Amino acid sequence: MDSMFKLSPLGDSALLIELGRSIDPLIHERVLKLITLLEEASLPGIHEWVPAYCSVTLFYDPSVISYNRLTNHLFKLKERMDDVTQTESQVIHIPVCYGGQMGPDLDQVARHNGLTPDEVIALHSQSYYLIYMLGFSPGFPYLGGLSPRLATPRHASPRPRVAAGSVGIADSQTGIYSIESPGGWQIIGRTPLKLYDPEQPSFLLKAGDYVRFIPISQKEYEQIEADVVQGNYQPIKQPYRREDGDISH
Amino acid sequence: MGYPLFEVLSPGLLTTVQDLGRPGFQQYGLSVSGAMDPLALQVANLLVGNPRHEAGLEITLKGPRLHLLHDALLAIGGADLSAKLNDQPIAPWQSFFAQKGDVLSFGPVQKGVRAYLAVYGGFDVPPVMNSKSTYLLGKIGGFKGRALKKGDVLYGYKPLKRKKARRRLAPEHIPHYSDHPLIRITWGPEKEAFTKSSLHQFLTHSFQVSPDANRMGYRLSGPTLVHQEGQTGIISSAVTRGTIQVPPDGKPIILMADSQTTGGYPRLAVVITVDLPALAQLAPGHSLSFKAVDLDEAHRLYKAQERFLRQLSLVSTPL
Repeated sequence: MDSMFKLSPLGDSALLIELGRSIDPLIHERVLKLITLLEEASLPGIHEWVPAYCSVTLFYDPSVISYNRLTNHLFKLKERMDDVTQTESQVIHIPVCYGGQMGPDLDQVARHNGLTPDEVIALHSQSYYLIYMLGFSPGFPYLGGLSPRLATPRHASPRPRVAAGSVGIADSQTGIYSIESPGGWQIIGRTPLKLYDPEQPSFLLKAGDYVRFIPISQKEYEQIEADVVQGNYQPIKQPYRREDGDISH
Repeated sequence: MGYPLFEVLSPGLLTTVQDLGRPGFQQYGLSVSGAMDPLALQVANLLVGNPRHEAGLEITLKGPRLHLLHDALLAIGGADLSAKLNDQPIAPWQSFFAQKGDVLSFGPVQKGVRAYLAVYGGFDVPPVMNSKSTYLLGKIGGFKGRALKKGDVLYGYKPLKRKKARRRLAPEHIPHYSDHPLIRITWGPEKEAFTKSSLHQFLTHSFQVSPDANRMGYRLSGPTLVHQEGQTGIISSAVTRGTIQVPPDGKPIILMADSQTTGGYPRLAVVITVDLPALAQLAPGHSLSFKAVDLDEAHRLYKAQERFLRQLSLVSTPL
């Protein structure tokens, strides 16, 4: 496969590296490999990078490193990309209370797809979802792996307020609102976990890890929520095994 | 350590603590934030003898009324918002002494939008992820993660113990904020997603800042830009401060300090770093035009501004 490695400026202090033009776990694997190389190389003048579905964007200080030197470095890194052993991914368990007030659109998603609400919950909580990237709002994951049987269009007009922790579906995507914001996604449930905690700024998820949704009752939701508030809740994380992905459709 | 510096008598329209931002967490979706006009903040800091990156107050259009609780050396950079100390007008771009009991207030907008108030010793707010910048949407940083409110007491970090030299910025370096600036851009990665005639219109017509303009971004009105067939969206990818993205409606959006970290609209162009201050000083209703420059030119200007600030830091280092 001829693998894409296209460099272009994104303004005078950022450089875009395109590794493909589609949403594909194999292209994303190269995104993660490049990130691993960048972490090891620690080039001077580079402050940070943002991985996305099929690109990585570097932020640099042009008074420290020139665009040409930067691109030379990157072409050298490219040569080593195939040899990178990827760091192990984690699966983070996200407990979700589906339906009711926390998931007001569960019935609509079920009707739209000719399923019962219980079937929606079963399908949604069965997959391992790859976190392609974080963006949109602090800690918000762009997830891959939603069953096509759950795809549902957004609301025609967005709700003015969607609570933090809301789990939603928009077309063929699923995601978790990390902060309260307006939004048009179909909300099927809510997690008591904080993806982003402004009190002690931290992020639960990172690109390259996986998410699994675990159905919980309203009562369990309240218990976990109380534990989270008191700082007594440890999110469940386990190593991802490649064969895990295969059980989803 | 900290000492009470200001009591907020009235907060103004939008007054927040800002430094040069919070880089390093964009991969988690966290906006960089920081001063909309980083040049004005840095100069204000240098005028009071602070390091360039120290936090100051970003004051937007309608300024606050601040009651001094301690003697202080202050400076205002950026917009001219008719600052007054008690009844005395205070010119921007120079440092001045204020005494305990004084009241600093602001009046009508003379020029620009955003003024920066720096205080010798800096503001004592807890750094969050290495920055004192307020990120309003994320509710972090600055003063309790929000804009100032009436009754807030803001702490200074290091009190003024003895009089320092006052300083002013040489007149030839004072920025002239235009109501119709020419903003320089470099082309973005999706330039080719637009029709040839739209690219031409982008550079030859003027655009207006719409009322939908804030720290996250400015929506522009003006000619409608047309995407090439089937190219109204991209697979989500990073955006930067200054990125001009064009949604399907053809009305460009310029992303500013509190912008999202990723976006799904074609990135037509990116404003060069040295022209971000001119943009920060534009209000809704003001117009602007664009000029394309190449990357070398953008870098030459970037380095020249960096040299200017370094020279200013040298001359303003207190003995």
